[in-house]
Amino acid sequence: MAPPDHRRPFKRPTISDQQRRRELSLLRQAQNRLDAQQRARCLASTVLSLEAPEPGPGPEPEPVLELELASESEYHVEEEEEGDSRSPSKEFDVRQASKLRGAEARKWFARQLMLPEWMIDVPDRLSQDWYVFARPSGKRCFVVSSNGITVSRLRNGSVLHRFPSALPGGARTRDVSGSAQSYSILDCIFHEIDQMYYVIDMVCWRGYSLYDCTAEFRFFWSNSKLNESGACDPPSQNHRYRFSLVPIYNCDENGLHAAYTGAVTYIKDGLLFYNKQAHYQTGNTPLALVWKDEKCSQYVIDTDSKGNVPRLQQVVLELQEDLKLITSDDPPVVFGCLDNDLVQKSGLCTGYLLKFAIGNGGLSFADGRLDRADLQYLGKSNRARAFADSYSKVIFQYAVRHSPLRIDDLLSAINSRDERENEHPDVEMID
Amino acid sequence: MAMEVTQILLNAQSVDGAVRKHAEDNLKQFQEQNLPSFLLSLAGELANEEKPAESRKLAGLILKNALDAKEQHRKYEFVQRWLALDPSVKGQIKNCLIKTLSSPSHDARSTASQVIAKVAGIELPQKQWPELIGTLLSNIQQLPAHTKQATLETLGYICEEVSPEAVEQDNVNQILTAVVQGMNASEVNNDVRLAATRALYNALGFAQANFSNDMERDYIMRVVCEATLSPEVKIRQAAFECLVAISSTYYEKLAPYIHDIFNITAKAVKEDEEPVALQAIEFWSSICDEEIDILEEYGSDFTGDSEVPCYYFIKQALPVLVPLLLETLLKQEEDQDQDEGAWNIAMAGGTCLGLVARTVGDDIVPLVMPFIELNITKPDWRQREAATYAFGSILEGPSPEKLVPLVNVALNFMLSALMKDPSNHVKDTTAWTLGRMFEFLHGSMLETPIITPANCQQIVTVLLQSMKDVPNVAEKACGALYFLAQGYEDMGPSPSPLTPFFQDILQALYAVTRREDAGESRLRTAAYETLNEVVRCSTDDTSPMVMQLVPHIMMELHQTLEAHKLSTDEREKQNELQGLLCGCLQVIIQKLGSSEATKYVFLQYADQMMALFLRVFSCRSATAHEEAMLAIGALAYATGSGFEKYMSEFYRYLEMGLQNFEDYQVCAITVGVVGDLCRALEDKILPYCDAIMTQLLKDLSSNQLHRSVKPPIFSCFGDIALAIGENFEKYLVYAMPMLQSAAELSAHTSGADDDMTEYTNSLRNGILEAYSGIFQGFKGSPKTQLLMPYAPHILQFLDSLYMEKEMDDVVTKTAIGVLGDLADTLGSNAGPLIQQAISSKDFLNECLSSDDHMIKESAEWAKLAINRAISI
Repeated sequence: MAPPDHRRPFKRPTISDQQRRRELSLLRQAQNRLDAQQRARCLASTVLSLEAPEPGPGPEPEPVLELELASESEYHVEEEEEGDSRSPSKEFDVRQASKLRGAEARKWFARQLMLPEWMIDVPDRLSQDWYVFARPSGKRCFVVSSNGITVSRLRNGSVLHRFPSALPGGARTRDVSGSAQSYSILDCIFHEIDQMYYVIDMVCWRGYSLYDCTAEFRFFWSNSKLNESGACDPPSQNHRYRFSLVPIYNCDENGLHAAYTGAVTYIKDGLLFYNKQAHYQTGNTPLALVWKDEKCSQYVIDTDSKGNVPRLQQVVLELQEDLKLITSDDPPVVFGCLDNDLVQKSGLCTGYLLKFAIGNGGLSFADGRLDRADLQYLGKSNRARAFADSYSKVIFQYAVRHSPLRIDDLLSAINSRDERENEHPDVEMID
Repeated sequence: MAMEVTQILLNAQSVDGAVRKHAEDNLKQFQEQNLPSFLLSLAGELANEEKPAESRKLAGLILKNALDAKEQHRKYEFVQRWLALDPSVKGQIKNCLIKTLSSPSHDARSTASQVIAKVAGIELPQKQWPELIGTLLSNIQQLPAHTKQATLETLGYICEEVSPEAVEQDNVNQILTAVVQGMNASEVNNDVRLAATRALYNALGFAQANFSNDMERDYIMRVVCEATLSPEVKIRQAAFECLVAISSTYYEKLAPYIHDIFNITAKAVKEDEEPVALQAIEFWSSICDEEIDILEEYGSDFTGDSEVPCYYFIKQALPVLVPLLLETLLKQEEDQDQDEGAWNIAMAGGTCLGLVARTVGDDIVPLVMPFIELNITKPDWRQREAATYAFGSILEGPSPEKLVPLVNVALNFMLSALMKDPSNHVKDTTAWTLGRMFEFLHGSMLETPIITPANCQQIVTVLLQSMKDVPNVAEKACGALYFLAQGYEDMGPSPSPLTPFFQDILQALYAVTRREDAGESRLRTAAYETLNEVVRCSTDDTSPMVMQLVPHIMMELHQTLEAHKLSTDEREKQNELQGLLCGCLQVIIQKLGSSEATKYVFLQYADQMMALFLRVFSCRSATAHEEAMLAIGALAYATGSGFEKYMSEFYRYLEMGLQNFEDYQVCAITVGVVGDLCRALEDKILPYCDAIMTQLLKDLSSNQLHRSVKPPIFSCFGDIALAIGENFEKYLVYAMPMLQSAAELSAHTSGADDDMTEYTNSLRNGILEAYSGIFQGFKGSPKTQLLMPYAPHILQFLDSLYMEKEMDDVVTKTAIGVLGDLADTLGSNAGPLIQQAISSKDFLNECLSSDDHMIKESAEWAKLAINRAISI
């Protein structure tokens, strides 16, 4: 006798793996479609276009041990602020890049962060077009969550932490769709004292890229997404470090005040200014700026590796084939020229990073551009360094020692702007 | 002519194949030449008492088949054809049919009953043949018993065929009166009483109004209960079938009768013949189904505002119901575990006990435990088996707090019984019970694990050992291992507790698949299914072992493709095995291909695997095709743009899949694979798009293709557009009108049943995904203005979806996303249109404050895109 049609014999095999396979496939396809759709909506691709340096001639730095890299991270935060923009040749994606080691990794990751220029003069329309926030003091890092694990890497590519987190794909939880695409990348500063990752920017979320989105969108997105993901919750077994957003203000008088003097849960290290319309651009960009003074940062004037302020300002420049000394900017700024004897005598080669002091002759400018620098050769730079100083950094440091840009200058720039607007609203609209 | 028809009909049943074939051709020819005359001769043949019984019966069947078909499109065609016939022809046919109900020949009457029901199924909804019910009822009043029996049977069939709305309430009342009278104990003719009881079973759906009237309901219930006491076993069985149907259709009306019904069913379970006892148990199973549904839907604490309240019949009956069911467990048949189709009172009783456990939860445990303790160690295998079965049955429903302590005590006993009990029945049930323990009480969701580092090894060892037992026991052991593995699937990143045994498990399962007798008791299938689950729960430290399995599975598949000259039976088995092997490879591809750590090594097998899959397509088996297609989709996803090199060879099978209307599952899966290809190949799929789009458009226009395939086809348009961007331009002129008319059809759901609403929502989702893909595909292209003409309609569609309020969360999310895509791609050109649409205000605002984070995310995106579009 057969059971009634709707009554499944209780003790008969209950599993139909075929149906399960079908459902899992449909789930995977739906997830992939969603990923594709979201990628399309936020433009660009999931893949970070990275362009690795051409393996050309020249002194490729020897493989650097993690040990050394770690010691560099102890080096104070100024060291992180330079980038270079050498020409690219090969594409990677961030997950492949995780396999890079040593110098390769350092170069790769160094190139993925957006590096603010130093604020050497106040940009126009500061109060309309810019955000401001207090930068947490700590280690700038890239946090990548994918395949069930979260890895934070310092700017030099060395791993800071490897941990489970509540970020998408950041811990091994049930993910039937098996979507390897679901990864996220955050631009963070790790703040030692409270063991907190402060998120200063969002680069990828759930597999879709925010590179080509404006800062306005990225901040809006990180604000709404990060909390939802549970990443801001207190640490737990599957979420070892807590993440936190930093308060971001419109850069009007109140906003600047709030960022400059407002109480925050972290130690401040200067102020960051982000242009609202700017996309996330890797390397140096004038659309993100850093500024600091004694009140909002412990480190205003550069120190040496022992933490002492040298008598003369020191700069690191790169030696070119034609013996010119250049900054890391694109295009580079030429600070001077070495004479051939010195190069021969000290055994220097093209591409070397060299350390100089700025002598009493200082820097002189003509038509707003650098005209001449009084450079005194000190020696080769610490070999763990990847890049020369940027132009804006040298100038900012120079200004700090001679005639710094003060908070009042920023405030008055905002106020004068406001006054002008009040006086000539019509003109503004045409503008 | 008439004489000739008789002979042809007889010849059509000849044992001589050639004669038969010739007769069938004649009939076909006759039908094609003159349908009215053909149908008329058939009806005449059926009604003619002088004709042989065989030709009359076949004439009736052919007539019936000319009115109805399984396939929807053919059925529709037949209905239209009948309605278009000349009324006088139809009148004559109907007269013949009614007349036949009085025939002394049982077969002729019974055939006529069925044909009348088919004609009624067509005509009553059209308000035609109004005199039918009256004619039938007057038959019952006067005529001899056999006419009465045939007429009641006809009324039953009509109720089965026609929906209640097509029949006037007056007629319904008359039908029920006639039927219930026929069922009454005063009816002396058993055939009439049986026909009436069976007719009531079909007519219950018509009796809504009558069941709401206390007096009428009391009367119907009394007659049904009395019929369960009839001396005739068939009448008792039919009466219990009525009770089962009443329990699900009129659950909320049962309270006054439940006590009596309990007594009747208890007596039947204990004393009556098996077919009757089975129906009596089914009554309680059906009550459980109802209460489980009600309790699930409204949460366990009933608040009084639900549509149907729970009367807790099971809870009330528990103290007597459970002992009754436990007694049935001792009535096992020998060898029931080897017989796939077995169904007996012990199995039905156990099934019901399991449902009772799900209905009442913890309360069942103290009622069952004494029975288990009393019987589990008895020398008679029946007692040990019944005790084990009872324990296995109650493992779903009661709380883990209640069950875990019992399972902790029982686990060791069960493991040792599985090794040592002399009875195969006991071992079979023991392995099944272990599987249920792991299914319901093991996994990361549970606080106290029943499997610990201390007993894990022993469990695995026993299960692997048991997999060498006779096929039915080994199959249950595989099932237990399946759930054991499943419980570890969502464990954290720490190494899985199965890691130390992983290699042994894979080897043991692989060995089972190769057993000589693996064809028995579904053993081979169970072993592969378990293998799949074990693969799914592999981790970084065990994936190399899965990798080692790949060449073995590929070799097995290769061997099935090399086997030639097989008998039909062998071929069928071979095809089944190919399906299992492709399924296994598919799971492995999905697992190893999705992890960066294993993907690159694994993809070295891609060429060989692809070659094997392509060969599978040359075998004729829908299941194997489906599995191979799914595996290829997973492979395309894993390989990405590198899949291009397989396309030229693979394409024709893809097209074959898209043309496979009969096995629509294959077609649906192939459509999904087109989506995988789009995402893997992106613009490299372009050379194949003309052909793919042509086929998809054909599929959409076909009324033969199962409707469930259409929504994925629309989604697939979106995948293609997203992959090839503005190159989709040339398809717009075809795709857009199709989307538009489908959108219009799907805009309203009013009056649809749940199935239809669900389908409509999946259709909407497909249409919206198509729009999404098309907009995003064109984004940034100079050709975006080509989409402008479609924008008003799309916005209107979104508005109508919003106003209809019948869309599910998925549709809401996709719909609001389309609004964003439209704004994003068309930008300020569409600004004024967007601002006019309700969707951009009320709908958007509702979505922005939604609790569903997917909806909210889409809405935030849409808001941003709209702001950009209207601010410029």
